[in-house]
Amino acid sequence: MAAGRLRTVVSRVAQAIPVVIGVVVVTFLLTRMLPGDPAAYFAGAAADAQSIAEIRTALGLDRPLHEQFVFYVGDLLQGDLGQSISTGQPVAVELARRLPASLELTLLALLLSCAVALPLGILAATRPGSLADHACRVLVTAGVSLPTFFTGLALIYVFYYLLGWAPAPLGRLDFVYLEPPRVTGFFLIDAALIGDWQTWWGALRQIVLPAVTLALFTLAPLARMTRAAMLQALSSDFVRTARAAGLRRSTVLYTYAFRNALLPVITTLGMVFSFTLGANVLVEKVFAWPGIGSYAVDALVVSDYAAVQGFVLTMALLFVALNLLIDIAYTLIDPRIGFDG
Amino acid sequence: MTDAALDRPRRSGTLQHIAYVLRDNPVTLLAFAMLGVILFAGVFGPLVAPYDPFASDASKALQPPSWEHWFGTDNLGRDVFSRVLVATRLDLAISVAAVALSFVVGSALGAAAGYWGGWIDRLFSRLLDTVMAFPLFVLAMGIVAALGNSVENIVYATAIINTPFYARVVRAEVNIRREAGFALAAKLSGNSDLRVLAVHIFPNALPPMMVQISLNMGWAILNAAGLSFIGLGVQPPTPEWGIMVAEGANYIVSGEWWLALFPGLALMLAVFTFNLLGDGLRDIVDPRMRT
Amino acid sequence: MALLGIRDLAVSFRTRRGTVEAVRGVSLEVGRGETLAIVGESGSGKSVTSYALMRILDAGGTIKAGEAVYGGVDLRRASEREMSDIRGREISMIFQNPRAALNPIRKVGRQLEDVLLRHGRATRQDAKARAIEAMEAVRIRDAAQRYHAYPFELSGGMCQRIVIALALACEPKLLIADEPTTGLDVTTQKAVMDLVAELIRERHLSAVLITHDLGLAAAYSDRVAVMRHGEVVERGTAEELFARPRHPYTRKLVAATPREGVGVRELLPPEVRTPPPPARPIGAPLLQVRELVRSFPGKQGSVKAVDRVSFEVCDAESVGLVGESGCGKSTTSAMIVRLLDPTSGQILFEGEDIAATPAKRFPRDPRRARLQMVFQDATDSLNPRWTARACIADPLARLGDLSGSARRDRVEELADLVGLPRELLDRFPHQLSGGQKARVGIARAVALEPKLLILDEPTAALDVSIQATVLNLLVDLKARLGMSYLFVSHDLHVVRLLCDRIVVMRAGRIVEQGPTDRVMSAPESDYTRSLLDAVPVPPAQGAEAPAPDPDTGQAQGAPPPRAAAS
Repeated sequence: MAAGRLRTVVSRVAQAIPVVIGVVVVTFLLTRMLPGDPAAYFAGAAADAQSIAEIRTALGLDRPLHEQFVFYVGDLLQGDLGQSISTGQPVAVELARRLPASLELTLLALLLSCAVALPLGILAATRPGSLADHACRVLVTAGVSLPTFFTGLALIYVFYYLLGWAPAPLGRLDFVYLEPPRVTGFFLIDAALIGDWQTWWGALRQIVLPAVTLALFTLAPLARMTRAAMLQALSSDFVRTARAAGLRRSTVLYTYAFRNALLPVITTLGMVFSFTLGANVLVEKVFAWPGIGSYAVDALVVSDYAAVQGFVLTMALLFVALNLLIDIAYTLIDPRIGFDG
Repeated sequence: MTDAALDRPRRSGTLQHIAYVLRDNPVTLLAFAMLGVILFAGVFGPLVAPYDPFASDASKALQPPSWEHWFGTDNLGRDVFSRVLVATRLDLAISVAAVALSFVVGSALGAAAGYWGGWIDRLFSRLLDTVMAFPLFVLAMGIVAALGNSVENIVYATAIINTPFYARVVRAEVNIRREAGFALAAKLSGNSDLRVLAVHIFPNALPPMMVQISLNMGWAILNAAGLSFIGLGVQPPTPEWGIMVAEGANYIVSGEWWLALFPGLALMLAVFTFNLLGDGLRDIVDPRMRT
Repeated sequence: MALLGIRDLAVSFRTRRGTVEAVRGVSLEVGRGETLAIVGESGSGKSVTSYALMRILDAGGTIKAGEAVYGGVDLRRASEREMSDIRGREISMIFQNPRAALNPIRKVGRQLEDVLLRHGRATRQDAKARAIEAMEAVRIRDAAQRYHAYPFELSGGMCQRIVIALALACEPKLLIADEPTTGLDVTTQKAVMDLVAELIRERHLSAVLITHDLGLAAAYSDRVAVMRHGEVVERGTAEELFARPRHPYTRKLVAATPREGVGVRELLPPEVRTPPPPARPIGAPLLQVRELVRSFPGKQGSVKAVDRVSFEVCDAESVGLVGESGCGKSTTSAMIVRLLDPTSGQILFEGEDIAATPAKRFPRDPRRARLQMVFQDATDSLNPRWTARACIADPLARLGDLSGSARRDRVEELADLVGLPRELLDRFPHQLSGGQKARVGIARAVALEPKLLILDEPTAALDVSIQATVLNLLVDLKARLGMSYLFVSHDLHVVRLLCDRIVVMRAGRIVEQGPTDRVMSAPESDYTRSLLDAVPVPPAQGAEAPAPDPDTGQAQGAPPPRAAAS
């Protein structure tokens, strides 16, 4: 049985490989689809004919497509995503530097939305027609209708301009603080590690609004799914059996209903990740958050395609990894997986 | 259920049912009303707008909402209300086009995969999985960046990232009905595979698709607006909700809230309407609630 | 004093269509050590009554009036805490569809422990041992290994044993069994019911057996209460009910229950019986199945679902193809009706090998019209978005040569033929009752006047009284249209009513075939015998016993007029 599980986990990892290949192919094709001469784009607006030709040779753009792909993959394997024309830095280095900022924001937002959405969904399902139920329904429909960038601006207006509670929406840390020494790259963790609670507080103040903005957006699908899955689990035959056997309400609710309801919720998490990573870009722009999203937006404005391509690839790989984690978690929770497939 | 209870005439069952659901659910009725307003603004917006959405007037820049300018004026003195109104058409057009495109392509792919299974299914699933392997908004960014910065390409990008949703719904709906009694019976009645799929099975997948379309419309609008918010697709000075919010964003920290608020509200309202509509349609088409 | 006394119990459900009164004024008693069966067709309120006792009604359901007293405790007024102590410890329940009744992602042993720990029958230390004991008590072999199994790893019968173990683990005094055999195979049904009966006897339990099957009720209970539309219409011992049913509904129900020595016409109430149609002489072979094989790819190589099956159906003959689920009978019929291609073998229809034409191309084959099928689930076999008229007209439009008004007339003619009122033709399936849907399905199948009609459990989803009418309709249609039948079913007693010969299948092979009378009275194979024994057969006499007052349909101890009115 344990061996069966392990096999399933291994096969899940194996299944991710073609997906990664697909992602790499699509990202490659995206740049080669560029209208006009890709070399001209890579060279930038100020380049003359000769430098364009040099770049074409340097990038291998004068070779057939499949050879270009081999070069591209070769570069990828060496961690080379090309040079950014706007900053002159290697794209990989910049992305690596900025990634923790994006991750910290995204993960905090997800934690926040799970912490609210799951209890809310359960409450709504166990007390249909109650205040919690109605609140859940309104929140769910309103939540998915909120454009993240608009929510962010509204929060800034209220909490920064009107109330003055929040700091200026300009990055991860106010200039009066020093960045904590980099261990994980997450300011909240790094500051806590050295016990610098002032900086920690400063970082928290900066991250609250963007995290809440993101969380509000992801709250809705999670709460909706939790509510629906709980309702279904509660009306299932096995919950009736458990009730008829006199099990305590809490046992029925958590050991029987919720654990089963968790399965579809976990599946939804994949979609939620997709939304979050996308919305992340918008939120980073609104709050001038120095993550990879705002990097990509800046690069887009100046047609810095190597940077955009690197960003798309990074996001996709991140998403594939998150989905893999979800799949594995699912496999570990549901005993039925690994026998029928 | 007794025969006696069923002997009442029920010819207009579907209409009655819709009327019943609407009566029972005023929120859905409200959603339909809001849809009416939005469609009106989309069709007649440019005709009824009080000002020329492009006419700038430096002397009237950044005026807060007043009787003269309901939604205030922007940094160039343009009337925000007129711009919000006129933008409706473009935002609707982009999302309708994108949703229509992804509906057609997604249905065809999903129906074929769900009905025939086998290698067709594996191929299509792989293809769609690859699309779904990207965070969708990020993929849309990449596509627009690659294809070029134009409204047309926003439509294509939005359509591509929406297609897997339709394909999945249709695939699942077709697949569970592939071996259904009525599909087999249709074969026995002399219907070819293609006919069974198109005439018997596919129409049964339409109700859940309607729900999907409605929810997707909202998402497509959000998506298009998000892309233009970060400077892709629609270019200034074209009035479009996403751009208007982006332009107004710079004035939020100095307190000129109306520049971003009103286009943002319009955007929200449109998305909200389609989401409510989707929920309402779900009630209407859900067979468990049918009498 | 009775262990359980129910008086004037009324339960209603709040639905979107208003309040539905599911149970109205039911009074019942269960004595100590007694088994009471509650019999009724779907929607009679029999299950709701038991859920109300346990106070586990679905959302929207409330007990409106009456009382239910168990051992001095009023179950209606008891607090939720008291109820949760009573459930499982005093009264417990077993359910239909046992696999769904167990938590799919929790080991069955752990589920037993949950119950044992809850009611103080085990401590954390000995819970596992106690759970294994509880499993052994329901005759589960290798209980220590099964402890670690998840429900999906167990057979339906084994799951039902676990459910029974759950119910009896804390030694309750009253056991409620809600359709305990529904969803199980025929032979498993018998094993499960025998086990339940044995445990009831052994532990001196009182029991309530809820079932739609009069035969089952008669075999396993002391007293029977018949319910209809939320009311008890008649009660008495099983023998009394069969010998002298007083209420017209009971009479109809008793008559409609297939049993030994009773012909298909006798299933109908005497007042609607017509003389049986004249029998046509059995002619030359119409369908010859030769060495039919169908294999499917499995985990370890291919699995033969149908293995060298050969039999014949002659002109004007009805042949029954009988077996439990998974025996290959459905695969066989799917191949014969050309929905599925065989791996090897021949299907000779009117002397031609129709297996030579791939299933994919058969819809346009001229022989398509002569070979039709009636599907198992009438609801599932009708396109939900098509009216009855469109459904019946479909084969006429595709394969027939009628057009316009001629086709329209033909549809109405067919509706008359199957006894479907013409005004129902424009309704959608969800606006029709089960019996009406079955008629639409039959009309569509006979629209092209096929030579051979395959009936795939055509009555399995129907209530017993509707089954009786549909079976009789099929008998009439066969004579009228000159058809032959291949009747696929799991139930020998139903097949017997229609068929001249019976073919018994098991695990893809034919174990026995022969004339109906011979197979029923002197089966050659042990398997056929176990199939025959598995179905509880109600007392044979009785249906013909003179009813007290056939003219008015009223009897002494007359039921309330409302129940009698319909």
